[in-house]
Amino acid sequence: MATFFGEVVVAPSRAGLDEEEEAREETPEDREIRREIEKKREIEVLWSGGVQQPLVCSRFIVAIGRNAAAFLSSFILDSVCWEVVGVVKLWNEWCRTSSTTNVLPTDSFCLFYRLISDPTVLLCQCSCYVAEDQQFQWLEKVFGSMQKKGLQVTILSTCPVADYKTQESTLTLVSPFLKALKTKEFQEQVCCPLLEQPNIVRDLPAA
Amino acid sequence: MFVPCDRGGGSAGPDFKGFILLMPAVSVGNVGQLAIDLVISTLDMTKVGYFYTDCLVPMVGNNPYATAEENSTELSINAEVYSLPSKKLVVLQIRSPFIKNKYRPFCEALLSWVKSSRCARVVLLSSSHAYQRDDEQLLGTPLRYLLTPDLEKAVGGHVKELNWKEMEKVASYPGISDTDKVLHIPGGGITKLLFTESCSEGIQMAVLLKFCSEGDNIPDAFVLVNYLNEWLQLIKSEVSTVQSKWKIPSSWRLLFGSGLPPALF
Repeated sequence: MATFFGEVVVAPSRAGLDEEEEAREETPEDREIRREIEKKREIEVLWSGGVQQPLVCSRFIVAIGRNAAAFLSSFILDSVCWEVVGVVKLWNEWCRTSSTTNVLPTDSFCLFYRLISDPTVLLCQCSCYVAEDQQFQWLEKVFGSMQKKGLQVTILSTCPVADYKTQESTLTLVSPFLKALKTKEFQEQVCCPLLEQPNIVRDLPAA
Repeated sequence: MFVPCDRGGGSAGPDFKGFILLMPAVSVGNVGQLAIDLVISTLDMTKVGYFYTDCLVPMVGNNPYATAEENSTELSINAEVYSLPSKKLVVLQIRSPFIKNKYRPFCEALLSWVKSSRCARVVLLSSSHAYQRDDEQLLGTPLRYLLTPDLEKAVGGHVKELNWKEMEKVASYPGISDTDKVLHIPGGGITKLLFTESCSEGIQMAVLLKFCSEGDNIPDAFVLVNYLNEWLQLIKSEVSTVQSKWKIPSSWRLLFGSGLPPALF
């Protein structure tokens, strides 16, 4: 594809194609490098000593992204009623989390808290970015540690207003602007309208 | 990989023996996927399950084929399966891009599912970069087809009658004339991989593709789905009418963004 200035550029495709990589056969060196990178990108879920696995959990609230994590810090979490019970350790190009539970709000972290008065209520603050090849792993490893019978999961996350599609302009949207998605198994009342088409949710909240 | 929808009745899951599996490749312009949306929406197909896979970027939203308030709240994810037993048709829709290095695992899992669910044949809708065409391909129809040897034996004659054009092979080293000719589908995503694997595994597969560029690919989707219809006759094609009878799904609204702020003017 030539531009007006005559240079040839490869146009990015909406289909997210990365074809040249896939077309090449993997050499043993490539395979080794790929395995090393995969190992480095593996996610570790570490639970504290006093936690029995599988965790018995009735409610699991997950806050994904800095805004949602900050919401929980400001309105829900405190050191009296909640205790830290777990942490996710991961690395990707955007962030690295560690196994420390003593974090600053500006750090990238992914911590699990348990309500002391009712240990079946679990909360997760995930302010780090979980890359697309790690999302499935996060999901399997976190939910794999839990007993899922009778579990109700609530996911809190934020998206940029610019991503929201509506007939009117986004400048006229009422604030705070909340939308929800729910599975058909969720029978309770939802506190805000459901997300209309053609809007979608992606990444870890979607996973 | 395939998780059937829980429709009650405790059945083991839907049986696709003898069905045609129609699916898109995530390719340039997303034409295959748009065409599949038209098929599912027009034939009012029922969702029968989904793929639980780590090969695609996760996404979720409400029912993209909603026609009313009542049916608009069913969740929809990135890889779902719909069926229409009256036409022996099962359709897979893929709604997000592949994760790096996951093309091959997905293709393997998919073909393994095709065999275990006993589908008779697979039809893959795809597209390829228009700017990569050679001089001859620039003229005439932008539509091409490919058949695996097993399908060629079964339907080769019928396809010949349709006067379709087979996808040309290109020289593996362009510019040098006496090298081997290979299949090259730039921008086709998993098309080439899925096709070559199907050839070697004896699966009956057809690829229908259109040369196109990124942009407003809705017209491309209509052209491709009408091309498909010439063969599979999914809807009645009336030669006299210009307007095709394909139903656009409600999720195609606002494809290019929200409304404009009035203050702009």
